[in-house]
Amino acid sequence: MNNIIYNLVLGMSLIFIQALFLNNINFLEFLNPFIYIYIIIYFPIKNNRPVFILTSFIYGLLMDLFSDTHGIHSASTLCIAYFRPYLLKLFFGMAYEHQVVKFNSLELKQNIFYLFSMVIIHHIILFSLEVFDLSKINLIFQNVISNSIFTFLSVFILYEFLMRKS
Amino acid sequence: MQRIIYFLIRNKNFILFLMLLSISISLNISYNEYNKSKFINSSNFIFSSLYNTKYTVSKYLNLEYQNKLLLEENKNLKQILFNSKTNFRINEKIDSMDFEIITGSVIKNSYSKSNNFITIDRGSSDGIGIDNGVISSNGVVGIIDKTTTNFSRFISVLNTKFLLNAKFKNSNYFGVLSWNGKSINQVQLKDVPKQAKVKIGDTIVTGGNSLIFPKGILIGYIKSFKLDNSENYLELEVSLSTDMTNIENIYIIGNNNVTEINLLNE
Repeated sequence: MNNIIYNLVLGMSLIFIQALFLNNINFLEFLNPFIYIYIIIYFPIKNNRPVFILTSFIYGLLMDLFSDTHGIHSASTLCIAYFRPYLLKLFFGMAYEHQVVKFNSLELKQNIFYLFSMVIIHHIILFSLEVFDLSKINLIFQNVISNSIFTFLSVFILYEFLMRKS
Repeated sequence: MQRIIYFLIRNKNFILFLMLLSISISLNISYNEYNKSKFINSSNFIFSSLYNTKYTVSKYLNLEYQNKLLLEENKNLKQILFNSKTNFRINEKIDSMDFEIITGSVIKNSYSKSNNFITIDRGSSDGIGIDNGVISSNGVVGIIDKTTTNFSRFISVLNTKFLLNAKFKNSNYFGVLSWNGKSINQVQLKDVPKQAKVKIGDTIVTGGNSLIFPKGILIGYIKSFKLDNSENYLELEVSLSTDMTNIENIYIIGNNNVTEINLLNE
């Protein structure tokens, strides 16, 4: 019960921080960190997949409402929520199958690979839906690569803050 | 039958995923097709009041710059007024107005995406309607695309769906203004006939062919030009006169003759 409230509060505050402050950073005119996906990446592992997928979709839809985009955040949060178990299996292997992965004690190398691939998937879907024009594929790639580095760093710092304190 | 149900139960995650994905992609496609989004936008009550609260706090940080802009504009207007040959007074009441002007402030700006929308603190109760033009002290910034009672939202010039008729200030050649999504202070003017005499630094203004803006409002200055792929038309890079990253006080222009002119086209 405690855990649910903690995650609810964390999720809502991440959305507010994202919408009111981080979307306005615009470093070098187009760089923004999308840290709101932190909660989808590091949500405690449970076996209730349909609920997790549905909540992630609604979470993305809220972000869409705030930032005047049309289904792009919901599509990308939905995709990372769906692909998460496969990536976990890929990077943590046996430990994940036996359900002994704890997010607050991950090995650095595995954690970096896992986090980076989640961020890349999210950003590829986000920006290709946002631009929605195959002739501008250069613009998509430029946005994906530069923004995912930015997002990766900020989510990683947030992880160190929230998970490593205990 | 049993097998179908069993199949559905086994793949319920994947089906749920596909269903939700198609919802969000259809949202995106319907937006891209009709240029109007019906469900999702931040001019609805909850989100705009939130942004409004943020604006009331943060506007004080920008006051000095905005005051300077307004003062500069006032100076230019006074200069025109005092040097004009016809003698009209400032407090003169105008009987029939073609264009009505409403002032407003930006409460949510955005310029880093490829389709940018900006929310303002005036709505239909202030007399704002869809397809009104929006300008700042320095030039064109957008066109209203959705209103609620107290707030409205406009398509920024920095939106790949934005199209506007524009012409040269010193000749009557005109073209279509749009944005390719790359640089936030440059827009493109396309379909200009190649006979047009173009000089770098020339001024581009609104064309007056549309009912949205009156003729001759500043848009920007020519930065470079080249022939387009068909080799019949010029494509111009125009640097915007307005700094889109820092707009606050804006004017909304409504055309009073729209309904009458539209009657002709029916």
